[in-house]
Amino acid sequence: MEKSFNPDAIRQRFHQADDPGQWRSLEELAKTASFQDWLKYEFPAGADQWVDSVTRRGFLKLMAASLGLAGLTACVRYPEEKIVPYVDQPNGMTPGKPQFYASASLHDGFANGVLVESHEGRPTKIEGNPDHPASMGATDVFAQASVLDLYDPDRAQVITSGNQIKTWKAFASEMAHALNAQNGKQGAGLRILTGTITSPTMGDQIGQLLSAYPRATWHQYQPITRDNILHGAQLAYSRAVATRVDFSKADIILALDADFLSEGPDRVRYARDFAARRKVREDQTDMNRLYVAEPSPTLTGTMADHRLSISAAHIDGMARAVAAELGLAIDVPTDLPANAARWAKSVAADLKKANSGRAVVMAGRGQPAEVHALVHAINQALDAVGNCAIYTEPVEAAPALQSKSLQELVSAIKNGQVEVLVMLGVNPAYTAPADLNFSDVLANVPFKVYQGLYLDETAVLADWHVPATHPLETWSDARAFDGTVTIVQPLIEPLYSGKSEHELLALMLGQADATSHDIVKGYWQANTAADSDFEAFWRLSLHDGMVAHSALPQVDVTLQDELGGVSKAAPSASGQDLEIVFRPDPTIWDGGSSNNGWLQELPKPLTKVTWDNVAWVAPATASQMGLDNGELIELDYHGRKVQAPVWVMPGQATGTVTVFLGYGRQLSGRVGQGIGYNAYQLRTLDHPWFDSGLKIRSTGDQYTLATTQNHHTMEGRDLVRVEDLTAFTSGKIQPEEPQTGKPSLYNQFSYENGYAWGMSIDLSACTGCNACIAACVAENNIPVVGKEQVNIGREMQWLRVDDYFAGSPENPEIYHQAVPCMQCENAPCEVVCPVGATLHSDEGLNDMVYNRCIGTRYCSNNCPYKVRRFNFLQFADETTESLKMVRNPDVTVRSRGVMEKCNYCVQRITHSRIRAEEEGREVIDGEIQTACQQACPTQAITFGNINDDQSRVAGLKQQKHNYTLLAELNTRPRTTYLYKFRNANPEMANVDGAA
Amino acid sequence: MGQIFHRSANSIALLSIVGGGLLLAVIAVVWWLIVWSPYMTQQNVVIPQPVPFSHQHHVEGLGLDCRYCHTSVEDASFAGVPPTKTCMTCHSQVWTNAAILAPIRDSFANNTPIQWTRINDLPDYVYFDHSIHISKGVGCTTCHGPIGKMPITWKGESLKMSWCLNCHRHPEKYLRPADQVFNADYQPPANQTTLGEQLVKQNDINLSLLTSCSTCHR
Repeated sequence: MEKSFNPDAIRQRFHQADDPGQWRSLEELAKTASFQDWLKYEFPAGADQWVDSVTRRGFLKLMAASLGLAGLTACVRYPEEKIVPYVDQPNGMTPGKPQFYASASLHDGFANGVLVESHEGRPTKIEGNPDHPASMGATDVFAQASVLDLYDPDRAQVITSGNQIKTWKAFASEMAHALNAQNGKQGAGLRILTGTITSPTMGDQIGQLLSAYPRATWHQYQPITRDNILHGAQLAYSRAVATRVDFSKADIILALDADFLSEGPDRVRYARDFAARRKVREDQTDMNRLYVAEPSPTLTGTMADHRLSISAAHIDGMARAVAAELGLAIDVPTDLPANAARWAKSVAADLKKANSGRAVVMAGRGQPAEVHALVHAINQALDAVGNCAIYTEPVEAAPALQSKSLQELVSAIKNGQVEVLVMLGVNPAYTAPADLNFSDVLANVPFKVYQGLYLDETAVLADWHVPATHPLETWSDARAFDGTVTIVQPLIEPLYSGKSEHELLALMLGQADATSHDIVKGYWQANTAADSDFEAFWRLSLHDGMVAHSALPQVDVTLQDELGGVSKAAPSASGQDLEIVFRPDPTIWDGGSSNNGWLQELPKPLTKVTWDNVAWVAPATASQMGLDNGELIELDYHGRKVQAPVWVMPGQATGTVTVFLGYGRQLSGRVGQGIGYNAYQLRTLDHPWFDSGLKIRSTGDQYTLATTQNHHTMEGRDLVRVEDLTAFTSGKIQPEEPQTGKPSLYNQFSYENGYAWGMSIDLSACTGCNACIAACVAENNIPVVGKEQVNIGREMQWLRVDDYFAGSPENPEIYHQAVPCMQCENAPCEVVCPVGATLHSDEGLNDMVYNRCIGTRYCSNNCPYKVRRFNFLQFADETTESLKMVRNPDVTVRSRGVMEKCNYCVQRITHSRIRAEEEGREVIDGEIQTACQQACPTQAITFGNINDDQSRVAGLKQQKHNYTLLAELNTRPRTTYLYKFRNANPEMANVDGAA
Repeated sequence: MGQIFHRSANSIALLSIVGGGLLLAVIAVVWWLIVWSPYMTQQNVVIPQPVPFSHQHHVEGLGLDCRYCHTSVEDASFAGVPPTKTCMTCHSQVWTNAAILAPIRDSFANNTPIQWTRINDLPDYVYFDHSIHISKGVGCTTCHGPIGKMPITWKGESLKMSWCLNCHRHPEKYLRPADQVFNADYQPPANQTTLGEQLVKQNDINLSLLTSCSTCHR
């Protein structure tokens, strides 16, 4: 069989005189036969064929039914429907009109301010809260998809103990019994295990519990720990502080293995502020410059102007080299690769050149505390502290070194000191470091209580399982990255008999009947000045989605002499064998979102793999070992072995293998369990993020990966236009020739009287984060199709983000391009539809009329942008009751045999247009936001009326770097793009970033 | 070689062609009649309800405004079917013991909603919005028929797409002045077309948009 990764063919292409230009995959670069096949056919092999297994009997049944029903379609009587009005309609609610409530979505304990859309009491969609500092109106994939978790039919629904369904009352009495036994010994045997907690109320409750049981202990652990960040601050400042970066002030940024655009509680805000300084306009050319040194490509790495591909162990050396260049007394390791040393030198020179306080260095949470301490020292030397690096009190209720905390818990259990263990919202049996053997150790605890959303790996080991409430079902509170508190409001009564953390803790405090509402409100009442109007404060905080002035103030920090013991002498980074790097999965994160079909089916950035995790191997390593994409290898890390499929990742540092956490779940629900491999089995307490000593060997087996990397390819054309900023400032970029006026066989439409909707996508700002796709899925009732269907090219997402690589596979530049329907003026799809199911609207949309579509798929064949999606099967789940509730009632749920595509969220357009007409005005610019635009953290997408010269979208289309995709086809799309700009350092032209 | 067919075969052939065509035409007509029959469209068919609510009594007899019960008709897509509490504003005072109102009292007492059968039902792929129609001058009875004369509600019009398009293509034939929209006894004046054209202009109705697919389907 032909290999998809063919290093010889790739080498050959680079040796040929022609520049291979941009490529989407290594197959494309090597021009393999299978890639040519993908290109040649409209749908990848099999997409349009009946390959699904069906029994003969089932087939006959289907056929008989189809024949019978075919005759009846013309004379169908509508089924009788009921109207069920309220008995007493709640105030302020109008059936048919959605309501929005401010709340917070939680990720790893930190809040992002959101507005939740509710239709007659059903939360259906989450948007960012424009007033909230962490959100600024944007969201990420996790917030978008969290609404599906609420309705997940696989959620735990009842309180259980040993496979028996129990009542809350029975649990309360058992708990009281267990706690009574602890009373005498001041709670010496009582332990609580939580994730990171930022909730002031919960912090207070646990505080109360600890004062009631002074010898009890609170442990915290979540797998994506921020230990190094905390420990680094402790080393540098001998106290816990939170650091955040003000990107509006940062001209030069160096990220050392720091993926600040997709990780961390501040990622959404960071993306906004960072991208604001990447956008180039006629009157705005002060781009920031980003340097990234990292072992495997991240979204932040793809945005870099200069990227160094280097093993994670060498990052410490890089930090030292930069520090030494900046005049800090520190040794530089001798084993730093020569090109890396040169790179560090040039970067340090550029950092120095920046205006005082306008350059900043960041380190990733995977790098050891020493690197973080060094980075604090570097920032001090750059005068960034207080300027673009801001320090506040820590956001967490009780900052802790979590790995240590979990280790202490395990040794306490082993010593028989733990009699009652209460685990809240964590899943240590799955996520704990492998060398702790948590699952086995847990059996030594006599009374174990577990509260979580699912009957998962930990739940089955616990004596009691209390189903948790979803954040959309309960009252709570949480802090954002800057400390801003949001009161979490419930949008719906708990669907099942779930109990919140607050209620469980209250039960332990002897308040068995306290509700989350009373607990949270009570806390805030007690902590508000007695002379103030609490009700007014409470209502305002709920309305605004945040407690006013709750952001944490800046603190002054003084760098410790000697950096708290960061050794002057550099450790040697050279280890034996390969280096293993652990990263959370970009869509299902630490595995907690494993049962979420929307997240599973999101093509993961850079690989576009769905429904699986892979092990990234560098092209050079793969070439050397003869590995191919999808080949199953055995990862052997100090005797711990796991089998994983290979992904040859362009830009991966040679000698490193990146594995992704979150898969290989045994018990997560029907969607997520039993897929992928479990990288936690390789993760140890001492080396949670990277280590040397990995050996790999091929098993010779091939694993099927469903990747959309090569789907919908628009081959070899000038798709992503990339230029250096100097090309813009020097006037090299000339405006595209106007699209109008070219001859066409088709009737031309005129839009003089009304609106003409258009979109502009700024490729300089697109980070490829997928938030747009997740938002589109949630808004437009897009079904999940599953791995097998994705594999044969039947994915349904209307919007895709194409990744392009340019340059050598060792360290290519990577670009992202979001591709929705272009809404062509001369639409190739419209003219070929035999039944008029896709027609031009009066406002320039290519309308798709589902009820007319008979599924010829001619339109999709004729679409040069490949943005149409066909329901090959009945993908929409119309039988699961709870999943019906997540649907947007303003959008049709499409059935089998129907073509569908992006329509610029026409339901939102219609809604706003109707409201404007009723109020006797025009639609205001910015009033209509498409779902993708609204979710975009970087505001890369702009939508509006191009008939209005004053609209933002019309302004962007006037920019000289506005261009049309496949302009030569004269389709005259309404969606256009702005060039991708890089702000390269001219002095680094000859510094090689590949390692 | 002799003729295979007898001469009469000509007539039979002709007859079959004509007869076949006629048969097809008959089938088409019958199909058409069935599709448009009240059986299929449910037009003019009285549907029993849990409470025999009379629009005739409340609208024509008592003179209640439509919006007293259908509160959201001016600002939402859904006109709103009144909550039980609305019924009870009067019926806690009048007809307090009437047997036919027992379901209302039960609903209110037990906090269980009344399940009305939908009369004017559109397919789920049609996204109709009451508020914009009211705002542009489409009267209630234009679509709902002589509601003030209905002792028990029936569907006044077929609500088929071609019927919708009659108005979407020629709204001037149906529009009313703003103060007549809720008039259940409204009769179009003799100069309807002139008045209508004036209203189309005055209400800023974009005619070509009215026939774009996505105006109603999405």
